[in-house]
Amino acid sequence: MSDLNDTRRGVFGEFTKGFWKENPILVMILGMCPTLAVTTSAINGLTMGFAVVFVLTCSSLIISIVRNIIPKQVRIPAFIVIIATFVTMVDLFLKAFLLDLSKALGPFIPLIVVNCIILGRAEAFASKNSVGLSVLDAVGVSLGFTVTLIILGGIREILGMGTFFGMPVLGARFERWVIMLLPPGAFITLGFLLGAKNLIDRRMEEKRK
Amino acid sequence: MEVFLIFISAVLVNNFVLSYFLGICPFIGVSGKIESASSMGFAVTFVLTLSAAITWLINRYILIAFNVPFLEYVSFIIVIAALVQFVEMFIRRMSKTLYDALGIYLPLITTNCAILGLALFGALRQYSFIENIVFGIGAGLGFTLALVVMAGIREELDLADVPKPLQGAAITLIIAGLLALAFMGFAGLISA
Repeated sequence: MSDLNDTRRGVFGEFTKGFWKENPILVMILGMCPTLAVTTSAINGLTMGFAVVFVLTCSSLIISIVRNIIPKQVRIPAFIVIIATFVTMVDLFLKAFLLDLSKALGPFIPLIVVNCIILGRAEAFASKNSVGLSVLDAVGVSLGFTVTLIILGGIREILGMGTFFGMPVLGARFERWVIMLLPPGAFITLGFLLGAKNLIDRRMEEKRK
Repeated sequence: MEVFLIFISAVLVNNFVLSYFLGICPFIGVSGKIESASSMGFAVTFVLTLSAAITWLINRYILIAFNVPFLEYVSFIIVIAALVQFVEMFIRRMSKTLYDALGIYLPLITTNCAILGLALFGALRQYSFIENIVFGIGAGLGFTLALVVMAGIREELDLADVPKPLQGAAITLIIAGLLALAFMGFAGLISA
C-alpha cells in the first residue's frame, strides 16, 4: 500500500488524505474542543467547518509564502498572529451577516486561534512546502474536518431533535433523546464514531489480506 | 457570596472540561497516569490564575480604554504565549524539582484552549478584577479535578477487557461522556 501511495500521492493525495487516512478528528484527535462543543446541530457543524476552511486555507497560504522570511526561533508566535488575524476576520464577518449562528457558536469561533489542527498544519506542512501544495493540504484537511463535524452534528441533531438541518426527519411521535444535545451526548457519540472508524479500518485491512 | 458562587460554578457546575469542552486535548492526552494528570492540572491552574489577572488588565486598560476590541484575540493570544514562556523561565530558576515534574506540559499550555477560553469568557461576562481571578482559580481546579478523576479511571481501565475497535481514544471519550453525565448532577447546586 505504501509504495502505491508514494507514486499516486502527489497532488491528489495531499488533497484527499484529510478525509479518511489523516482525518484530523478521527485519526489525529486534534481540534476536539470545537468538535464537541458546536456539534449540537448539523448547521452549526457546517458553519464551524467553513470557518476553519477559511482560516486554515488563508493562514496556510500566507505562512507558506513567508516561510523563508520568518526566523526559526519566532515562527510559532508569528504563525499564531497570522492565524488570529484571520480568525478575527471570520468572527467579524459572522457577527455582521449571520448573527444567529455567531451567537450559537459563541466563544468557539475565537477559539479557532488555539485549534491545534491549524497550528499543526502550519508547523507540519505549510512551513515546509510550496504555496500550491500547502493550500491543497489545507483545503483537504479542513474539508475532512467539516465533513466529520456535519456527520457528528447530524447524528446528534437527528437523535436529539428529530431534525436534520432543521427539517423534521423522524416524525412527531419520535421521543427526543435530549441527552444527545448535552455534553455527555457529544463525548459518547464521538467515542462511538471513533470506534466505528476503527472497525471499518480493520475490516478493510482483513479484506486486503 | 457572589465570588463564592463563581468559584463553585467554575469548579463543579460549569466544569471547563466536561461542560464547556475546553482543554480536551490535554484531557485526552495527559490523563493516562494520575501523577502526570495532577502535575498538568496544577501547571494549568497556575497559568490560568495569572492570565486571568493579566488579560483583565489588558481588556480594561487597553482594549476598552483605546476602543480597539477587534484586537482582542490577537492581544490575548500574544499575552498568553508570552506568559507561558515567562512562567517556564521563572519556574526553572526558582524550583528545579517543579520544573522537572512539569516537563513538556508547560510549553503545551499555550495552545490549551482553556486559557484563551477563560480570557474570552471573563471579558464577555464583565467580571470585576477579583471575580475574574477567582474564576481563573476555579476553572483551573475544575480542570485538575476532571483530569485526575479521568486518570484514576484510566489506570483501572488497563485491567478491563475493552472491545478492540474502542480501545484508546474512543473508550476515553465514552468515559468522559459518562463523567459529564455524572457532573450534570451538580447542576442543581446553583440556581441561576
